[in-house]
Amino acid sequence: MKLIILNDYDQVGEWAAKYIRNKIINFNPGPDRFFILGLPTGGTPLGCYKKLIEFYKKGEISFKYVKTFNMDEYVGIPRNHPESYHSFMWNNLFKHIDIKSENTHILDGNAANLVEECDSFEEKIKAAGGIDLFVGGIGPDGHIAFNEPGSSLLSRTRVKTLAQDTILANARFFDGDLSKVPTMALTVGVATVMDAREVMILITGVHKAFALYKAIEEGVNHMWTVSAFQQHPQTVFVCDEDATLELRVKTVKYFRGMMHVHNKLVDPLPPK
Amino acid sequence: MPTNKSVSKAPITQFVNCRILRDHKLQREDLWVREGRILDPEKLFFDEEGYADQRVDCEGLIIAPGFIDVQINGGYGIDFSQATSNVRGGVALVAKKILEHGVTSFLPTLVTSPPNIYHKVLAEVKVHSGGVEGAGVLGCHLEGPFISLEKKGAHPEQYLRSFQSGGMLDLIETYGTLDNVAMVTLAPELPNSETVIRELAQRGITVSLGHSVANLSQAEEAVQNGASFITHLFNAMLPFHHRDPGIVGLLTSDQVPQDRTVFYGMIADGIHTNSAALRIAHRAHPTGLVLVTDAITAMGLPPGRHTLGQQVIEIQGLHAYVAGTKTLSGSIATMDMCVRHFKQASGCSVEQALEAASLHPAQLLGISHCKGTLDYGADADLVLLDDALNVRATYIAGQEVWRK
Repeated sequence: MKLIILNDYDQVGEWAAKYIRNKIINFNPGPDRFFILGLPTGGTPLGCYKKLIEFYKKGEISFKYVKTFNMDEYVGIPRNHPESYHSFMWNNLFKHIDIKSENTHILDGNAANLVEECDSFEEKIKAAGGIDLFVGGIGPDGHIAFNEPGSSLLSRTRVKTLAQDTILANARFFDGDLSKVPTMALTVGVATVMDAREVMILITGVHKAFALYKAIEEGVNHMWTVSAFQQHPQTVFVCDEDATLELRVKTVKYFRGMMHVHNKLVDPLPPK
Repeated sequence: MPTNKSVSKAPITQFVNCRILRDHKLQREDLWVREGRILDPEKLFFDEEGYADQRVDCEGLIIAPGFIDVQINGGYGIDFSQATSNVRGGVALVAKKILEHGVTSFLPTLVTSPPNIYHKVLAEVKVHSGGVEGAGVLGCHLEGPFISLEKKGAHPEQYLRSFQSGGMLDLIETYGTLDNVAMVTLAPELPNSETVIRELAQRGITVSLGHSVANLSQAEEAVQNGASFITHLFNAMLPFHHRDPGIVGLLTSDQVPQDRTVFYGMIADGIHTNSAALRIAHRAHPTGLVLVTDAITAMGLPPGRHTLGQQVIEIQGLHAYVAGTKTLSGSIATMDMCVRHFKQASGCSVEQALEAASLHPAQLLGISHCKGTLDYGADADLVLLDDALNVRATYIAGQEVWRK
């Protein structure tokens, strides 16, 4: 894994956005060659999305030949509910860039048959040729997407009942009213994300520090599902200093020492 | 997954680089329009997989809903209360010119007149949508003749009337028809007014109290019977008195039914109402304030002397005097001037100033589902303004109808 340690939330968003930008440009997508991006929602990737929008507006990047697959969506809230992940993606990314709707894929939490919806999502990823880069976050309980503690590390896209911790963490998006928070969600599985050719996990804030420790310094364990990525050949963890507070000093020093090498990955690319 | 079918093949326009008035706030958002209505772009994206055909760069301007003027007596030499040989042409001329002031809908207003005038004019002036030819007519505002003798103001005394035949009969006899009538101003203290107010309100015609010596209880009773507007607050009514606030007391009355709002017209030209009085009204009841021009024939004419009908008017700046005197002969401020003056005099926010000329009149007329807002599904009647609230462009049903 590469562990990228930056000073604060804003730097994490910027580094991650530059990484994505460079990946897309180097891939050189075209009408027969789409770049397939997996995307998360929530507070953590917002800074990254803002930067991506900036890069698009400056003309540094285009999403014309990019396809996206989101990680998850709540079950049972209307698609245009302000807290649905459809709304999140529309308001925080899609409406600001040049991506075509038919190239975006978000699970439909109101599908008549939820199991079929999940299976069909897996089929769509396969049909697109697999995910080139899956971007994700981490929950305070170490979950990736909605793969709550105890989720199989071999799981695929499916319906999940949300853990109490997750419902509490999400309450702030529903006026602090626990009764309004959805209790079920559709989510990609751990193995679905593991299938991606590359994975980038964003972690910011001291409340995620323990989960990061469990994810990268302890063993692979289904109680901390992000730990599965220790067995992925191409994982990048991008975090701020606060998120490293539970790591060994040795780990942090080692990866800080690598920053001059890792920063080359986000250098502006020469124009074609 | 959303369906792939397109709901409509009509072209979609996306206004970018703008700040729109939505949810009572100016927000940096794009505005999408299709088939003359505001479009929900999220629905378009997910349901129809659609995108814009045309982008309009607003260069940072403010987009507000088009202004609605519910009291305008004429302008540019046209007087709506005259039965000229070309009534429709006169209304059309004013309708076209007021686009420059950001007005996209209006109520041509008739002052107290003899029955033959009403019969002639109301036969000619029909409700119709606006467009490149001019602002839309939402109906006529009949200010009189069922008003108080004591508060007739500039209305001709000989044509004042009362409800002597019991009410509606007098109305039909005087006006000839109630088709294409959107508002009637009357004095509620006139005997038999209750049935008239109730009947008009039931027909969907806005009843306004004005040119009246009603006390607060009479005014409250009128509201309970269906009246919902006050014509040019403070003018042509009893002044506020602390033991009987009169019609002005409606702004804070506790006798107004819960689900109803009493709106009130203000001529914010800096001349007809003292700024301090404007502020008192605004602070007492900010959500009811409706900006009106009450513009007369001389509005829009250049400074100097003009002969209008039997009168000679002299225009000096924003004042229109009976020539050779200092007697005001009516207001000549345009709606955008009123919006700017209201904001400056009251210290209110940009959003409040804009809503007083758009949302509030739409709410008053019961049409806020399609006018006076930029909500999805509403008619795309827009006014583009700079930060000083000068009008730069006007749109009706998504089509540009005027540009500076």
